[in-house]
Amino acid sequence: MSTETADASAMIEVADLTKKFGDFTAVDNISFSVKRGEIFAFLGPNGAGKSTTIKMLTTLLRPTSGSIRLNGLDPTKDALAVRRSFGIVFQDPSLDDQLTALENMEIHGALYKVPAKGRREKIEDLLRFVDLWDRRKTMVQKFSGGMRRRLEIARGLLHHPTVIFLDEPTLGLDPQTRNQMWAYLQQMNKDEGTTVFFSTHYMEEADRNAQRIAVIDHGKIVAMGSPAEVKASQNAATLEDAFLALTGHSIREEEGSSADRMRTVIRGMQNRRR
Amino acid sequence: MSTVYIMWLRQMIRYFRSPPRIVAALAQPLLYMLAFGYGFGAIYRMAGQGSYLSFLAPGILGMSILFTSIFSGMELIWDRQFGFLKETLAAPVSRITVMLGRTAGGATVATFQAAIVLALAMLLGFRPQSWLMLPGTLVVMFVVALMFTTLGTWFAALLSDFQGFQMIMNFLVMPMFFLSGAMFPLDHVPRELQFIARCDPLSYGIDAFRTLLLGTSHFGLLLDAAVLVGVTTLFMLGASRAFSRIEA
Repeated sequence: MSTETADASAMIEVADLTKKFGDFTAVDNISFSVKRGEIFAFLGPNGAGKSTTIKMLTTLLRPTSGSIRLNGLDPTKDALAVRRSFGIVFQDPSLDDQLTALENMEIHGALYKVPAKGRREKIEDLLRFVDLWDRRKTMVQKFSGGMRRRLEIARGLLHHPTVIFLDEPTLGLDPQTRNQMWAYLQQMNKDEGTTVFFSTHYMEEADRNAQRIAVIDHGKIVAMGSPAEVKASQNAATLEDAFLALTGHSIREEEGSSADRMRTVIRGMQNRRR
Repeated sequence: MSTVYIMWLRQMIRYFRSPPRIVAALAQPLLYMLAFGYGFGAIYRMAGQGSYLSFLAPGILGMSILFTSIFSGMELIWDRQFGFLKETLAAPVSRITVMLGRTAGGATVATFQAAIVLALAMLLGFRPQSWLMLPGTLVVMFVVALMFTTLGTWFAALLSDFQGFQMIMNFLVMPMFFLSGAMFPLDHVPRELQFIARCDPLSYGIDAFRTLLLGTSHFGLLLDAAVLVGVTTLFMLGASRAFSRIEA
C-alpha cells in the first residue's frame, strides 16, 4: 500500500533497482523490503545478481538506477552513515594473507569500531569458536580454504551491527561450523534484534533459518515470501523443488572467477573513461 | 585517527615481515651508485666538477623514493585483487582516513628504505656538508615519499589490474627519474630538457636534497619546498577523490 512508503519497520527498502555492466544487466529492476529484525534469504543460481545486489546495498557498487533505503538511509548519498549500520561477510576472500589470523581480527576491530573494552576477549572467543585460536599467530597465507572461510566468519561476527549481510557465508564450510554460525546468528537476532540478510545455494539452510526468502534469477526476483509460501506457490514438497521449478534445470555459468573478472575489466574501462 | 594509525601499522607489519623485499629494493640504487658513481667519476672530475658520487647520491636517493613510493601506492591493486580492499571499503570509517593511513604507511616505508640508501652512499664515500642537515633531509624525504605514494595510490584507484602498470612505469616513472636531474646537473643542459625537468616534481625533491646535503641548488630551497607541498596537496585531492569512488 502507498501508506507504507516510509515504513519505519523496514530495515531495507529497495525499489526498481537496476545495475548494468556495459550491455549486461546484472540486476534488472528489482523491488523488495526486509523488516527490522528479520532473517531474510536471497536465493538464486550462479550469476543471478545476488552479490551485485548485496554490493549495492553495502555502498560498494553504485546502482545504475532505482532507490535503496537501508536503516532509513541512502547508500549513494550517506555512504558513511550506511556503513555504520551494517556488517558484512563477503563471498570472495577479503583477508590480508600476509597478516596473521589475530592481526586480521585486530585490524577489523579497529576499523569497525569494536569497543576497546572487551575486544581482546571477544576476539579470543570468536577464534576459539571457529577453532582457530591455536593458529592465531599463523599467517593467513598458510591457511587452507576452509580455515580462511572460518576466519572470515569469525571476523564478520566481531562487531554487532544493526544489519548483517552474509554473501554465501557457508560455501565451503563444514557442517559443524555452519551450525555453530547459525546458532550464533540466531542468538544475535534474538538478543539484539539484528537483521540478517544472507544469500545461499543451500535451500535447506534457507528453509531452516530464513523467515522470508526471495528467489532471484537473471537479475529479476521470481518469487518472494515465507519458505512455506514459496513452496506452496509451486506445489513443491521442498524448497529445492520449488527453486528448480522457478529457475529451471539448466546449469549457469560460474560466477566466481570468469564473470567477475570480466566485470572487473569492464569496470576498469569505465573508471578510465571517467 | 585510529583508522589512519591501523592502516599505517598494517603497512609497517607487512614491510618488516619481508626482509627479502627490503634487500631487493636496495639492489638497484646500489648498482646505480657503483656503476655510474664510479664509472663516470673520472670524466666528471676531469670536467672540473668534483666528485660525481657526491653529486649522484642525492639523485639516487630521489630515485629510491620514487620507485618505492609509486610501488607502495600501487600495492592497492594487490589488495583489490586479493580482496582485502573490500574489507576497508565497507568499513564504517571515512575512506579518506583509510587512504591517508595507507599513504602514510607507504611513505614511511619509502623513507626508511631511502635512509638505508643514504647510509649505503656514505659507506661508498658520500659525505654530507653537515650532519646537522640530516634531520631536515629526512623531513624532505618523507614529503617526497608522500607525494609519490599518493600518486601511486591515485593510479591504482583508477586501474583494476596490473595491465596498466608497465605503461605507467615506462611512460611516467622512468622518465620522471631520468629527466629529473638525478644523474646530471640541470644548469647547462638544453633549454627543452630544462623545461621538462621543471615540470617534473622529482626535480624539486632532488634539488632540495642537494641543497641540504651539498649546499648547491638549482631552483632554491624555497621554490623546492613550495612545489613539493603544492604538488603533494594536489595529488592528495586527486587520490582522495578517486579512492572514495572505488567500487568493489
